[in-house]
Amino acid sequence: MRMAAVCGSGLGSSFMVEMNINSVLNELGVTGIEVAHYDMGSATPDLADVFFVAGDLADSAQHLGNVVVLDSIIDMDELREKVRAVCVENELL
Amino acid sequence: MNGVLNILIDIASTPAILVALIAVLGLGLQKKPIFDVVRGGIKTFVGFLVVTAGAGVIEGSLAPFGEMFQHAFNMQGVVPNNEAIVALALTKYGTYTALIMLVGMAFNILIARITKFKYIYLTGHATLYMACMIAVIMSVTKMSAVPLVLVGGLALGLANTIFPAIAQPFTKQITKNDSVALGHTGNFGYALSGFIGKYVGNKEKSTEDINFPKGLAFLRDSTVSITLTMGIVYTIVALFAGNTFISENLSDGTNYIIYALQQAGMFAAGVFVILAGVRLILAEIVPAFKGISEKLVPNSIPALDCPIVFPYAPNAVLIGFLTSFVGGIVSLLIMVATGTTVIIPGVVPHFFCGATAGVFGNATGGVRGAVVGSFIHGVIISFMPILLMPVMGDLGFQGSTFSDTDYGVTGIFLGKLADMGGQIAVVAGVLAVLALLIGLTVFGKKKGTEAKEAA
Repeated sequence: MRMAAVCGSGLGSSFMVEMNINSVLNELGVTGIEVAHYDMGSATPDLADVFFVAGDLADSAQHLGNVVVLDSIIDMDELREKVRAVCVENELL
Repeated sequence: MNGVLNILIDIASTPAILVALIAVLGLGLQKKPIFDVVRGGIKTFVGFLVVTAGAGVIEGSLAPFGEMFQHAFNMQGVVPNNEAIVALALTKYGTYTALIMLVGMAFNILIARITKFKYIYLTGHATLYMACMIAVIMSVTKMSAVPLVLVGGLALGLANTIFPAIAQPFTKQITKNDSVALGHTGNFGYALSGFIGKYVGNKEKSTEDINFPKGLAFLRDSTVSITLTMGIVYTIVALFAGNTFISENLSDGTNYIIYALQQAGMFAAGVFVILAGVRLILAEIVPAFKGISEKLVPNSIPALDCPIVFPYAPNAVLIGFLTSFVGGIVSLLIMVATGTTVIIPGVVPHFFCGATAGVFGNATGGVRGAVVGSFIHGVIISFMPILLMPVMGDLGFQGSTFSDTDYGVTGIFLGKLADMGGQIAVVAGVLAVLALLIGLTVFGKKKGTEAKEAA
């Protein structure tokens, strides 16, 4: 499956979230997930199965379909919980 | 033998290959499998070429814009856009940029290791752009290659430590903890906005108590917002330049408004291409840098991109963008009235930096702090480029320039030193700043131990 982080310009924050998702997946021992990051303009629903965005972008990300909204993009505990939930939902854990 | 040497020199002076080698080095240091190393090297190599290709597109749309503006108003119009100016500069200063970026990251780790300023700057594109500007300014001093890269790298390492540090008192107030710092290109402006907010406003009257329509959120999509604003700007300039001038000299007979809109779209397309390239380049280098710094600097604080503060005050984000933009328009009117170079308000810097300035102003001064802080921020990022352009040598007047405050502060500091005392002044200035950081660390420690002893 594929996960993606999305932010306004697709350079900094989404990249950081991508790196954090990767380390959470490592922690959880889940393999075989591709993680990528995009800017709001290039992100399309077919690019990933789940999209992670910050709360302030929740409205702009509606068109992406399966969106996980992060209250804080620097909170590792929140991210861990939400990534785990996605993994459980997709029967990877 | 000579042939081999020439090939080596060719490799080192081809920025695309050099950046790729830096990525390979980083991945190798992390002991990644060979497969990943090869993939990372190739993606970085191609990424650099994508950026160069985007530069061509931007150049193609800025050239007719310059001519239209000149004909219409008889003065120079400059579009401040970091992506555009970086891409233009990389075609000429790519090798120095790549080397300064590498050395700068190493210095950032070293400075964080030995001083009390533990900030590791993880916003890769900001580091790349800053390296690029420093490469341009250092080249103007005619310094030879090795000292240029070392001094330039040290300057970059210092900037990447100091800018997060000056914003940190306010960043702490916003995020309510001291484990993250802000590493974006406008930290000086954000800190200033936070500082102003303290004096003009009341933080109890927060922007977040206002009920705002979320309608402007689509501007977060930079392709949409650049196309819209550039479309408006190009159309206004085209109207003033007139159909005759444009269809005879520029558009090859195409209607002037259609031509203007097409060129505005080209500009946005160029930025889009450049961003894609930058993303490819950073994908391999930033994780390597992060991995290395985590091993080498205990208790380091990552400095991250500005949207990390947006969720703390979404209303301040909109207010900050709007008032910063108004500041840009007011500045434009002043420039037109005084007949200087005209800086056209760039929607990307006003959005990202203005929004962040708004969040900082709100944290210390509520609604009034956000409005006044980001308005002044907007004025500063309009006038700073006018001071910055002359120090950038032959790149100073190509229709685009750096906008955000940290480029202005760093560029004007280095450029003015170079103007006044040449290479020696630049070296002395950079070393003085390093000495200051070390001094603050030693002095701070002493005070700390004294306090402990007293207790």
